[in-house]
Formats: sequence, structure tokens, C-alpha cells
Amino acid sequence: MTSRLRLPTALPGARLSGLGSVQPDNVVTNEDLAVRMDTEDAWIRDRVGIQSRRIAEQDQTLVDMASEAGSRAVKDAGLTPNEIDTVIVATCTMPNFIPNAAAQTAERIGIPAPGAFDLNAACAGFCFGVGSAADLVRGGSSRHALVIGAEKLSDWLDWTDRSTAIIFADGAGAAVISTAQDAESVGVGPVTWGSAGDMSQAIRIDVETNALHQEGQAVFRWATTKVAPVALRAIELAGLTPADIDVFVPHQANLRIIEAVAKRLRAKGARDDMRVADDIIHSGNTSSASIPLALDHMRADGRARSGDTVLLVGFGAGLSYAGQVIVMP
Amino acid sequence: MADNAEILSGLAEIVEEVAGIDTAEVTPEKSFIDDLDIDSLSMVEIAVQAEDKFGVKIPDEQLAELKTVGDAVDYIAKNQ
Repeated sequence: MTSRLRLPTALPGARLSGLGSVQPDNVVTNEDLAVRMDTEDAWIRDRVGIQSRRIAEQDQTLVDMASEAGSRAVKDAGLTPNEIDTVIVATCTMPNFIPNAAAQTAERIGIPAPGAFDLNAACAGFCFGVGSAADLVRGGSSRHALVIGAEKLSDWLDWTDRSTAIIFADGAGAAVISTAQDAESVGVGPVTWGSAGDMSQAIRIDVETNALHQEGQAVFRWATTKVAPVALRAIELAGLTPADIDVFVPHQANLRIIEAVAKRLRAKGARDDMRVADDIIHSGNTSSASIPLALDHMRADGRARSGDTVLLVGFGAGLSYAGQVIVMP
Repeated sequence: MADNAEILSGLAEIVEEVAGIDTAEVTPEKSFIDDLDIDSLSMVEIAVQAEDKFGVKIPDEQLAELKTVGDAVDYIAKNQ
């Protein structure tokens, strides 16, 4: 029986066709923070692994960063803006709920009237966006979707709270997800995603203070135990084994979480020479922007190369998590 | 079921792996924070590994009560 409704022809899959990122020029070191609050360089390095981060100036908006990163990704894909038909901005730090970031970002890039929406899955947002975009493309709803993770966390921090102000930072990263016309060119694996709403209050913006609050120990325990199974599931869904992974790019939350998860993956067969993103050292935790930022930086320094099999895993407020395997364009 | 000596040696191995402290240093009277200089995040990693190894639950509230190595050994022995 044929469907009563006409549907587009489904394609073999999706591929990542371009990458781009941007960070504010303003570098804030641990020493700079030690002047403002009771903390010190050694303590920060030891607890979270960060040495410096980028913090946007007052007049540099989230949409400014999203537009720049998005433009770079479109150009990197060898496309012109009018070929993009969907724009997804993963963010949780817009200054207001209305208007959304995606429509104005698209306009700034010069993309005419795309489907444009924001997606809030906090630090997992980029992987949720890539998963959504890949299915849109595969299902025939979109040909080229631009996924941007963009955050200005500095607007939502209590700059006297040393448990959060030392961690979070600003930036944007983007990827273009395009149709894969044949099986060989498929470069985005199935997404595995989920949530833990019972822990929703573990990372939140407090209503009274408008500042981000995190129950560090609870989140650390959750991340060090729950992220590796998500990563392994993403590998399994893609029909691969841990030994196939060349590059591992987890959300840049805390270097100790990253190392703990990498260790668990290696215990399950991931290679010792698997390259693990450590972009947090100089970028801080930029929530939804951290994965594309890290990936773009690893490409620039040669640690992620064309054809590499790359494992992405995002996790954070919600609590939310998502992961997939991609192939570097 | 592991006896107290087995729990101590198993716990010492975990502490060595997580915090790089020689197993010989991990004795019952030692305080994790004051004597072994282990921070709160490492304590969580130790608790998570101890849960796997000994089949116990060590919630964060409980973890805060385990001041010394001996406290942890006793807790695991009672709850495994």
C-alpha cells in the first residue's frame, strides 16, 4: 500500500561537509581571575585543567559569534549561503528568549529564508543538532543544514563564584551537514541521545541571581560514569568498535572528566594512540560550542585529518547527553 | 564477600591508580584529605571505582562522612 501523503525520497545518509569556529580575542588567564576572586592558577589547573579561556567583550554578542563561525563553516564546505536551507543554533545563553538566535544568524550570514530554530540541550546541544540535521538531510527535508553551537556564558556567571567563574567561557563552532548521495560518502553515524531529568537541578541558572549554578561533585560523578556508555553506544550504532576511533572529542567540561572517560574507552578497546581533545586547556568550557571548537582546532593543528573516524559526545545541563561518530571531511 | 584486609588492599590499589599514592601509604588511620592530600573529585573517582569493585553504593552524602581509610573499609565491609 502506498502512503496517502507524498514524501521525499530518503537518501543514504548525511556527511559533515564543513567546519568553522570563532573565539573572542580577549584571553583571560587563571592569574587574571586570581586578582578578582579567591582562587589560584595551580588550583584551577588541578581541578579542571584550564589555563586560560576567552571571554567576549560587552559589545560582542552571541549572534556575532554564531554568524562568524557559521560563515566560516559554509565557506569551508565550498558552498554559498543560498545553498543552506536549515539553520540550527544550539545555545542556552541567549540574552532573551525572543527572538531566537537562528533566524538573525542566518540573515547575517546571508542565507535567504532558511528553516531556522534554536535548540537547547546545553552542553550536549551540538550533538543533538548534528543528529537532528543528519536525519533532516537523510529524510529529504533539507539538503545542507548549518549547525552552530554558540554560547556567551560570561553573561550568566557570578564573577565572585569561584566554582563556576573559573570554568565557563565564550565562543562558537559550526558544521555543515550535507546529503550523502551514496553509501560510501555517508559521514554521520546514528545519534544516541537521552536525558536524566531527575538530576535537572544539578546544573541550573538560579532565578534569584540569574547566575549559573552547578553541583560540581554530583555532575562529576554522573559524567565520569555515564558518558563512556553513551560513547560506546554511539560506536556500536555506527557498526564500529572502539579500536576504530581515531579522534575522540567529548564536550570540554573538565579535563579530569575527559581523561576518566578516555580511560574507560581504552579499557574497552580504544587505541592508546586515539587522539583525545583537550581544547578546554585554552578555551574553557564553552557548553554547546566546545565540541566544534575543539574539532576545528584539532584540524588546524593536524590532530584531526580528512578521513579520520571521530567520536563526538556531548553531556551537560538537563541533564542531557548525545553522541555520534562522524568522518572528518 | 571480601574481608577487611582484602578491602583495604583493594581500596589501596584504587587510591594508587586514581591519586598516584603508593599502596603502602594507604593505611586505616590515614585521613584521605589531610594525610593523603586527595581532593574531592578524586574522592568521587575512588568511590565510583570502589562501588564497581566491591558492589556497594557510596552516595555523595555518605562519601563526605568517610574521613579516613579505615572509615571507608568499615563502610564497605558493612554494606557489601
